Amino acid sequence: MDFSALDPLALIVSLIIAATPLVLAATGELVVEKSGVLNLGVEGMMIMGAVIGFIVSVEIGNPVLGFAGAALASAALALIFGFLTQVLLSNQVATGLALTLFGLGLAALLGQSYTGIRPPSTGDVFPEALSTVPVIGPLLFSYDWVVYFALIMVGAVWWFLNKTRGGLILRAVGEGHDAAHALGYRVVAIRMAAIAFGGALAGMGGAYLSLVRVPQWSEGMTAGIGWIALAIVVFASWKPGRVILGAWLFGGVTILQLNIQAANLNILGILALALAGVAVVMLLVQIRSLTRHKVIQIVMVFSFALLALVLALSWPDFRLDSAYLSMTPYLTTIIVLVALSGDKTRRALNAPASLGRVFHASA
Amino acid sequence: MLRLEPRRSPSQAMVWLTPILAVLATMIAGGGLFMALGKDPVDAIYTIFVDPLLDPYSLPEIFVKAAPLILIAIGLSYGFRAGIWNIGAEGQFIMGAIAGAAVGLAFYGTAGVWLLPLMALAGIVAGYLWAMIPALLRVKFGTNEILVSLMLVYVADQFLRAMVNGPLRNPQGFNFPESRLFHDSAQLPILFDGTRVHLGVAIAVIIALIAALILSRHIIGYNVRLMGSAPRAAMFSGVKPPRMVIFCLGLSGALAGLAGLFEAAGPMGQLTPTLPQGYGFTAIIVAFLGRLNPLGIIAAGFVMALTYIGGENAQLALGLPKAAISVFQGMLLFFLLGLDIFVRYRIAPKRREVA
Repeated sequence: MDFSALDPLALIVSLIIAATPLVLAATGELVVEKSGVLNLGVEGMMIMGAVIGFIVSVEIGNPVLGFAGAALASAALALIFGFLTQVLLSNQVATGLALTLFGLGLAALLGQSYTGIRPPSTGDVFPEALSTVPVIGPLLFSYDWVVYFALIMVGAVWWFLNKTRGGLILRAVGEGHDAAHALGYRVVAIRMAAIAFGGALAGMGGAYLSLVRVPQWSEGMTAGIGWIALAIVVFASWKPGRVILGAWLFGGVTILQLNIQAANLNILGILALALAGVAVVMLLVQIRSLTRHKVIQIVMVFSFALLALVLALSWPDFRLDSAYLSMTPYLTTIIVLVALSGDKTRRALNAPASLGRVFHASA
Repeated sequence: MLRLEPRRSPSQAMVWLTPILAVLATMIAGGGLFMALGKDPVDAIYTIFVDPLLDPYSLPEIFVKAAPLILIAIGLSYGFRAGIWNIGAEGQFIMGAIAGAAVGLAFYGTAGVWLLPLMALAGIVAGYLWAMIPALLRVKFGTNEILVSLMLVYVADQFLRAMVNGPLRNPQGFNFPESRLFHDSAQLPILFDGTRVHLGVAIAVIIALIAALILSRHIIGYNVRLMGSAPRAAMFSGVKPPRMVIFCLGLSGALAGLAGLFEAAGPMGQLTPTLPQGYGFTAIIVAFLGRLNPLGIIAAGFVMALTYIGGENAQLALGLPKAAISVFQGMLLFFLLGLDIFVRYRIAPKRREVA
């Protein structure tokens, strides 16, 4: 098979760029969920960030201000959700959905005269001399500031949640809001802050889509990325470091399927590679706690990979409608969710105990 | 200072008053939105909410729009009551339309009254099966049904594209990604001459009435309500949560699939990539606006359809952007959820606590 169309270095670089909106949005949502709130409106906040970031950048000509505007606007939108769920005690699932529907509509309304424009470009941080160093240059130094910001943010959130008193309080609120309230912590205020923070990061993630990744504004351009970010939080078992892993996985799938579409490759061969990769990842992740059951699972995935390889070799001209390839990020999300939720004890240990529950002080 | 005081039992008056208040609040806030867009707010609200009712062309169109919304929302309402969140009705709608259309096209040119029921059956089964994916994954693996059902919307959308580009494409259609127009036997009969009001509208209302009866009189309806208000009590009384998940997701999938088939075999008359109009998502608003009650959903479906038709008219007459109506509908759900607090709480002046 001909893989010359897929340059691994270029693939990894575009993978990291494709993963950045997910890293940002999922990290924000992780903090929100750690505080015990389930905000399903990530998609709505991201698209608001995408449109506001785009408008501000185009009108002022400065993408940094665009990102700031996106963060502010999406945080404001998130606070509507916060007001409804924390003060008016509405159902978090329904309100999150409302936020998504409202955000999609409002973004379409605001952005209608901005389609087909190119935004001012967000330049790379490091000088070109650095980014042209072979291999290491493009891999480490060829990105804009948001990519580094997103990764630093993950580290900062990890540090905050695990090493600071504030993080301890936030987690306490998420684990048992009644106990936290009894200790004198202001549950609603803390959650509002977390919600606003989550909104700001989701907004920046959205702005990254319209300002760097695409870069253009079009209606409904988030196309489910906000929902994938929610899935990544589950995938990451509410641990910041794993958010990066999850985002890269989905970024990789997205980039790979786009490149396969462009290169018109035999999908069966790719499937074989992907399944083999999944088997290896499963093996590495669970290597410390291998049981017979898990070994059987891994062997099954691996034999599917072999099956796909045999099919690919016996049917080299097999081509698929590109629409089927476009499904893969969504199907991957489902498969990953299933693979992870099998492990019920680990999920129960990591999920914040008060997640999604309504808190009312006098109740 | 004011404070929130829990009511002993939910206020029945408020249950029905809040949707009306929410619509009024949305009209006011929407008026502000339209003013910000440089339109006369009174004129815009009048065009959206009153004009379609007086216009002989628009009035029947409201029925055409309301039918899929009501059908989908009825299915969703059972699940929402029981705490089972099917967010992917749009995907089930698309799969129902594809399966029904495939049956209709397979018998292209064959006359017979049996064809439409067969297409409807195919639509129902396809929607049901598509909803079984999140249902079985939740039952077997505990996977979150919200995320899975939503991801499947995007998968279904791509599947529709693949179908109209491949197996179901019109052989005489100059490679346009569209199916053939259905022949007469595969199109829903029109109820009133000169309109697009099709048989599906009547069926949607009948199904809503049956759903109301089941919810209030049948043991299934009782279990759904019990599961929502007291899950532990429901378990003790023998309600099995996995069965409930399969029932609620299956029902909403089947009805969404039927709605998809009605849309394809009714107003559209063929399968095109523009078939999904977001009814599966708007139906979520309809379900809440109708208070998850089938009779309320009939009314809510018509109100929501009115905003669609009125919004289209306002686009033409006032140059109101299309997206403004989505904002309007989103606001409606916000107000509804916010005002909901008055059902379970009342506002009381803050008393000094006895130490």
